[in-house]
Amino acid sequence: MIPEIGYFALVLALVIAVAQGTIPLIGVQRGIDSWAAVARPAAVIQFVLVTIAFLALLQAFVVSDFSVMNVVANSHTNKPMLYKISGTWGSHEGSLVMWVLILSAFGAAVAVFGNNLPPALRTRVLAIQGLIAVGFLSFSVFLSNPFERVVPAPLDGRGLNPLLQDPGLAFHPPFLYLGYVGFSIAFSFAIAALIEGRVDPAWARWVRPWTLASWGFLTVGIALGSWWAYYELGWGGWWFWDPVENASFMPWLAGTALLHSSIVVEKRDTLKTWTILLAILTFSLSLLGTFIVRSGVLNSVHAFASDPARGIFILGFLVLVVGGSLTLFAIRAPALKGGGLFAPISREGALVLNNLLLISALATVLLGTLYPLFLDALTGEKVTVGPPFFNRTFVPLMVPLIAMMAVGPMLAWKRADLAGAMSRLKVAIAAVLIVVLATFYLSGNGPVLPLLGMALGAWLVVGALTELSGRLKLFRATARDSWNRAKNLPRSAYGTAMAHGGVGIVILGMTASLSWETEKLQVMRPGDSVDVGGYEFVFEGARNVPGPNYTALRGTFRVLRGGREITVMEPETRTYSVPPMQTTEAAIKPVRLADLYAVVGDPDGNGGYATRLYHKPLLNWLWIGALIMVAGAFVSLTDRRHRVGAPARRRRRAGAAAPAPAPAPQDA
Amino acid sequence: MMAARKGVFGLAALVFGVLMLLAGDPPLAQAIDLPLPDAAQEARARSLHKQLRCLVCQNQSIVDSNATLARDLRIIVRERVAAGESDRQVLDFMVARYGDWVLMNPPFKAATLVLWIGPGLIFLGASVGVFFYFRRARRQFAAAAPLSKAERRRLDALFDDG
Amino acid sequence: MRLKFFIPLLAFVVLAISLGVGLTLKPRDIPSALIGDPVPEFSLPGIPGHEDGLSTADFGNGEVVLVNVFASWCIPCRQEHPLFMELARTGGIKIYGLNQRDKVEDAVQWLATFGDPYDRVGSDLDGRAGIDWGVYGVPETFIVDGRGRIIYKHIGVVTRSVLDKEILPRMEQARRQAAETAETK
Repeated sequence: MIPEIGYFALVLALVIAVAQGTIPLIGVQRGIDSWAAVARPAAVIQFVLVTIAFLALLQAFVVSDFSVMNVVANSHTNKPMLYKISGTWGSHEGSLVMWVLILSAFGAAVAVFGNNLPPALRTRVLAIQGLIAVGFLSFSVFLSNPFERVVPAPLDGRGLNPLLQDPGLAFHPPFLYLGYVGFSIAFSFAIAALIEGRVDPAWARWVRPWTLASWGFLTVGIALGSWWAYYELGWGGWWFWDPVENASFMPWLAGTALLHSSIVVEKRDTLKTWTILLAILTFSLSLLGTFIVRSGVLNSVHAFASDPARGIFILGFLVLVVGGSLTLFAIRAPALKGGGLFAPISREGALVLNNLLLISALATVLLGTLYPLFLDALTGEKVTVGPPFFNRTFVPLMVPLIAMMAVGPMLAWKRADLAGAMSRLKVAIAAVLIVVLATFYLSGNGPVLPLLGMALGAWLVVGALTELSGRLKLFRATARDSWNRAKNLPRSAYGTAMAHGGVGIVILGMTASLSWETEKLQVMRPGDSVDVGGYEFVFEGARNVPGPNYTALRGTFRVLRGGREITVMEPETRTYSVPPMQTTEAAIKPVRLADLYAVVGDPDGNGGYATRLYHKPLLNWLWIGALIMVAGAFVSLTDRRHRVGAPARRRRRAGAAAPAPAPAPQDA
Repeated sequence: MMAARKGVFGLAALVFGVLMLLAGDPPLAQAIDLPLPDAAQEARARSLHKQLRCLVCQNQSIVDSNATLARDLRIIVRERVAAGESDRQVLDFMVARYGDWVLMNPPFKAATLVLWIGPGLIFLGASVGVFFYFRRARRQFAAAAPLSKAERRRLDALFDDG
Repeated sequence: MRLKFFIPLLAFVVLAISLGVGLTLKPRDIPSALIGDPVPEFSLPGIPGHEDGLSTADFGNGEVVLVNVFASWCIPCRQEHPLFMELARTGGIKIYGLNQRDKVEDAVQWLATFGDPYDRVGSDLDGRAGIDWGVYGVPETFIVDGRGRIIYKHIGVVTRSVLDKEILPRMEQARRQAAETAETK
């Protein structure tokens, strides 16, 4: 019964979405207020209905209702509860319901919290959200019904893929979708602005918080996925430039560019057409990612493609949404007038360069990801585009970007003094020199690349701190004055410094772990010991241990430093029975400025086991840096100017102070 | 193909190929791949491993895979390196059997021309666009009436919040 | 209307067309690098019942042969096996079996259970011969022409339609060519 209610709720939600996508749009176009008024309640009702559907599916998984096909295919009675729950979004069908749930939640949020939006803009945004929902809901209802029954119901399910039975991966998709789907709001705002033919700083102020939040969620999603690969795949890698990874990385790059260009629209009322294009591009790349993951056009994801109809549907949807919006863009964008002028060397100029580099990098990733497909389609030839390609093309584009990241925030709007900014970065320059010398000294001689990486990381971290301390006039004003400044400084300034500094920390982590990793592969017998990066690993043996739905081969290592035991590491190789599969659970121990990483593998038949031991310097800075970046995004979100409702109040105040109601200073 | 119906998790897909194979992996207990005694040779073998694609898992190098075939290819690479073959010879051995597809780094040739020069062209094209944009902006900026000091200060104060 | 605003749309059209074409392709099937090449140098021992084994010398004797890569641990192999049994019963087609990474007794047991369509079987215990053939998954099926050249490879399960549309016509054509060359000689 409950699955039928769930399906019915989905169908109803589709009907509501159709209404939400059409009636208000006509209403606002023709000036029929009662039609336009449909948008807000429709968005809320749609959210309620999708929530019901989601809960119905959740219920089926929690109680292991094996009359539902989706539960049979992805669950099993003796699976831990956490993974029964995460199984809800563990399949194509279920994840689609989660996608729609998040989409409708964002739509409802705009409807409920959008009091300060001009009514016409709000109505159009909600209508476009409704149209997007129509696409995904029809996909779910007609091609990917998660509530399909199976008769007779089997006694037990086939189990969830063991690799997915992992806390990191249980929460990876929700965050990823929060990011992907969040960008739909910026997209809807962009389309609404194109229809209205008007983009102004207020528009950018409304779009920015949504973009910021989506960017933060997407960053969490990507970091979780990377972290999972690191400890679960068992070879210590955390990024493979795999099409599926790239599918989430491309919207991230575009979203990062959007985040920065919308600042220019907000502050300087210029770069408008470009920002609109970026908003369309970012969400389009989210959709493209969905296509790549679910259609099976690229190798990585072939395993998901059980139904070619799905690929055709998503492609059709993609053509409709992206093709339609880009056509609208081509027709309407020329009418958008740019505002504030600026000299090339200025904050605006730096942000334009930021966009230039980010978008070139994005195009590079897109080209590399889809090239095998292009070539296959054109000539039938098969090639692999692997990490070496991306390292050679992507990294060179990142170097100037990162070098610039420390300088950009120090430049004034309109026209800046580059020499002045550089002189403020004295400390950062000194830090870079120290780090380079220290690195050079510690690593012996070493190639140039690690030096460059360490230098860039240090430059960025110290640069971000310098920028902040400059604003606080630290060490230049009295402590009291600095404290007052610290209190009054907009939160977004802290957010920027954190996000930029976080990137610096990530770069330091990447560089150090890749350049100075120690790796030891060997067969070890109980009692054997190996020195890895100054740590002595003593193998105590391995034994079989039962788990809830698997048996594990658990190896035990005592880890000694200078003869003193500091920890015991117990990596496992798990063998699941339903479905039959092996997974590696690496043991990871963060020690001073490094990760120790141990894997126990196959027995050699003579009492020995293949073991892999690693010492990875600064590796956990990757996760720390990512966390700081995300924290930066959310600190920025608490800025009063980003808080929902703030723009309206601010405008009212500005209007009271000055008789001329200029939305932003214009100098043209 | 049970894995075919499972999950849409981003990264999980990465290893589905392996899993599909593991479900029917040969049960024979085989040799464990061990590093070569000679450190320089081992380093070469490791770098070659990174350049070869694991055929059954589709998107990892053979370094990162537990698949049987990946392990066998690792062993073969070590044997050939130990036998004194050059990097080129080892890669050619693999290409002869599995085609260019086995190389993680696509070779530079007619079919990959667009791939290799594409990023440079894109960056160049975008740079030219930005250059003209900047040039126009500078001209307009210079043409706009300069501000008085007082206006300048007021403007700066307005902008100084972000 | 300014043209540069159409650039994104244009780029997307190109992308969408390629994605559409991409949907019709099979990214997982990697064409053999050995098409047109003579069969690799290899020599494998047989299994009880097929003591002759399989080696390079068994090819290129004017006869077109089918080489089926199989293993007892390979579940999909069971799906295609009846078709090979059928071919063997009809006769006229030589089928060689390349047994991959299998214990000999398992292979024998498997053939006893599901039937034995093979004229020769080579036991490739360590998978090295398979690697020389460019095998990366089981099952795979090759056609080798009368001069001992690999002319076709099918990856995955051979279905009825693959057999009728891809394999048999190619074998027939190869046989005709072989006959013609024999006549001109």
